[in-house]
Amino acid sequence: MKIFFPLVIVMILVLLVFAGIKANLYFLFGVVIPYAALAVFVLGFIYRVLKWASSPVPFHIPTTCGQEKTLPWIKQNKIENPSSALGVIIRMALEVFAFRSLFRNLKTELRDGKIVYGSEKWLWAAGLAFHWSFLIILVRHLRFFMENVPVVLKTIEGLDSFLQIGVPLFYMTDAVILAAVTYLFLRRLYLPQIKYISLAADYFPLFLIFGIVLSGVLMRYFFKVHIVGVKILAMGLVGFNPDPKILSEIGAIFYVHLFLLSILFAYFPFSKLMHLGGVFLSPTRNLSNNSREVRHINPWNYPVHVHTYEEYENDFRDKMKKAGIPVEKE
Amino acid sequence: MAKLPKPEELSKIDLKPPKTDWMDTPVEFKEDMYCWGAKGKNLKVVEFPNARDWSPKEEDWKLPENWKEIVMEAFGDRLSKYRSFKLFMDICVRCGACADKCHFFIGGGDPKNMPVLRAELMRSVYRKHFTTGGKIFGKTAGARELTLNVLKEWWYYYYQCTECRRCSVFCPYGIDTAEITMMGREFLNLLGLNIDWIAGPVANCYMKGNHLGLEPHTIKNSIEFFLDDIENITGIKIEPTFNRKGAEILFVTPSGDLFADPGTYTAMGYLMLFHELGLDYTWSTYASEGGNFGFFTSNEMGKRLNSKIYAEAKRLGVKWILGGECGHMWRVLHQYMDTWNGPADFLEVPKSPITGTVFENAKATKMVHIAEFTADLIKHGKLKLDPRRNDHLKVTFHDSCNTSRGMGILEEPRYIIKNVCKNFYEMPENTIREYTFCCGSGTGLNASENMALRMRGGLPRANAVKYVHDNHGVNMLANICAIDRATLKSAMEYWVPDVQVCGIHELVANALVMKGEKERTLDLRLEPLPGKAEKEGNE
Ligand code: SF4
Ligand code: SF4
Repeated sequence: MKIFFPLVIVMILVLLVFAGIKANLYFLFGVVIPYAALAVFVLGFIYRVLKWASSPVPFHIPTTCGQEKTLPWIKQNKIENPSSALGVIIRMALEVFAFRSLFRNLKTELRDGKIVYGSEKWLWAAGLAFHWSFLIILVRHLRFFMENVPVVLKTIEGLDSFLQIGVPLFYMTDAVILAAVTYLFLRRLYLPQIKYISLAADYFPLFLIFGIVLSGVLMRYFFKVHIVGVKILAMGLVGFNPDPKILSEIGAIFYVHLFLLSILFAYFPFSKLMHLGGVFLSPTRNLSNNSREVRHINPWNYPVHVHTYEEYENDFRDKMKKAGIPVEKE
Repeated sequence: MAKLPKPEELSKIDLKPPKTDWMDTPVEFKEDMYCWGAKGKNLKVVEFPNARDWSPKEEDWKLPENWKEIVMEAFGDRLSKYRSFKLFMDICVRCGACADKCHFFIGGGDPKNMPVLRAELMRSVYRKHFTTGGKIFGKTAGARELTLNVLKEWWYYYYQCTECRRCSVFCPYGIDTAEITMMGREFLNLLGLNIDWIAGPVANCYMKGNHLGLEPHTIKNSIEFFLDDIENITGIKIEPTFNRKGAEILFVTPSGDLFADPGTYTAMGYLMLFHELGLDYTWSTYASEGGNFGFFTSNEMGKRLNSKIYAEAKRLGVKWILGGECGHMWRVLHQYMDTWNGPADFLEVPKSPITGTVFENAKATKMVHIAEFTADLIKHGKLKLDPRRNDHLKVTFHDSCNTSRGMGILEEPRYIIKNVCKNFYEMPENTIREYTFCCGSGTGLNASENMALRMRGGLPRANAVKYVHDNHGVNMLANICAIDRATLKSAMEYWVPDVQVCGIHELVANALVMKGEKERTLDLRLEPLPGKAEKEGNE
């Protein structure tokens, strides 16, 4: 059910596109839905981040992963246990760009009654490959939205296709992302613990992204679509002035690609994909470990009922006096 | 405890999850895996709601009629108060990186002890009540209603997490399951569903100043008892002070070390060190607890117990506070105390009267960790040490969860150990420092009725100790935590019987050459020092 349900949903979504094209709903699929999806994404994303930010960080709770700042002659681990803003920035950058914590991953195994911890970098490698190729592919697509393609973009494209195979040139990221998504799916399927914890919400984005990449690859390398038409549409969308005439000239597979992507964007703010925004707000990572040096303020700190020294002494005054422990009131 | 299976039995673990989906697997209360329910009288002392006697074994938990409302209201409230809680409810991608990092999962194989599932126990309810997707799609979206069974499941598993934060080290978003466990326990406490092993010490600490419920004269007596032993060993008579106004330093340490071996040897170590330094310090009977079982109950209870430290420092007019060896105590002192009960503007920035070192890193809280204090002394050559007196020991060091992952005090204890004994061996690197394994009994789970849980949770630690024991003949497991000293002792007796447990200040005091001491023949445990046994016999 957890796998089947999201798979069926994605298949239905694809069929919807074909049905829509049949019914001549080009404007809906080519203009209305992409705009709506983008709006939901942007507003939803902002809303979610603001909602998180509206809850305060009452306590200073970094997870420290190295020596703290203490005596001057003890070497502090300034990145894994930062005491300065710069340290935190580097720690966060490593987390966001290199998945530092995933890199620590170990595999716990039992071998003849002993527990052993093997290095396990596949998840890190696949995760990194997936996220980076996704980003590069997104950036590559920007060429559709620009009159003159800037040098940076051309460089990225050049690097991505440096193997110089095929016409049109083959992009490595296309293969990498397919492989990575497949791996991330297969590990959910075959690693018993991961299968056990997986929800439909974990398979759905995988299927969706697989569909997006696959339709993109098919479109680029196999069923060639009217690429100039795509560019005209994209430019029109950017200028809020899409040309309805061009819509019906682009192949159906393009609309599959665009629709699944729209769904991904619209789904994003309501899902675990929000980890993209969340990681920046995580108080175990984005705080410096200086809570003995600088007082952290809890905005909702409130007075509590305590058992005062006076009450304590009242309870034990005689015993204290007998034991020779000084008291306030004789 | 009689039922506790043999180590060979208990170490047969299957880490493969069962066939049935976790949501369809109702919680099963296994023998020796949980603690007794809080007694009403202990909750009444601290004015907790729904105080009553109840037993987790019984079907009927005697819950208040509106228990669900109480929980859901608190749930919403905490979401708006803790960004950590809200964020961690939302952003887990179930990548599973944390799954096999929890000592309870590794040592037990119960899938709901995988940190990610422990958190899902609560996330599922969050989805049902606080997200649109969960409300519409229900189980398909991983959402479920808060039922009595779910509540019991929470109780069982949130009292099977020691808030050790190992999972949080491995999570790509830093999701800290301890934060979720803390919330789980807050909610349960609103229904009077604490465990008695926590509620009892909390009530004691509230009324008497320490978890053990030692009254002022008893504290003094216990310490005097140590003084006799010290005099036997060194020939030196020590006269510490209690509740003394005008002392320069207030010393606060966990009460556990005044009570049972081997913590008592650490306490003797403090006494000897401070005497040798001629430190102007005082013990307090009111703030006679460094640890904080309130922290394992609710945020508010943690604050209530912690308040005594600053209050006492103010009353006595000391300049700064020195804290003994303890794990969660230091998580609280380091990350919570100043926020709760500060600012400590009536104190001065701590300065070692012996070396003149100013502890800039503690300039707001004004509280210094004794490992920092002692490492600084050794570095400045202020202690005369004879490490040969520890020659019979082959030592390894266990990093406590809280001091490593909630503070980062890693090198000071190692530096001290290396200066006071010659044989030091590290456990495998995946099991020390930030990767350290919990003793298996933290957060108030060091009761006796849950011994199977404790031994299972202690297995990963013990497994690493066994490695250095087998390879290097290690026979002493040093640490800087009072709970470790109590719990690792049991874990070692069970898993690696030849290894003993000690605090580092026991090792320091053994090696410490004191002014005017007689020739020592005994260590702090009143056992012959290396090379001294025969001599004794000859005399
Ligand atoms: S490592 Fe973090 S994101 Fe991954 S399953 Fe665990 S809590 Fe979730
Ligand atoms: S905090 Fe520690 S005990 Fe709790 S789930 Fe994480 S690893 Fe397990």
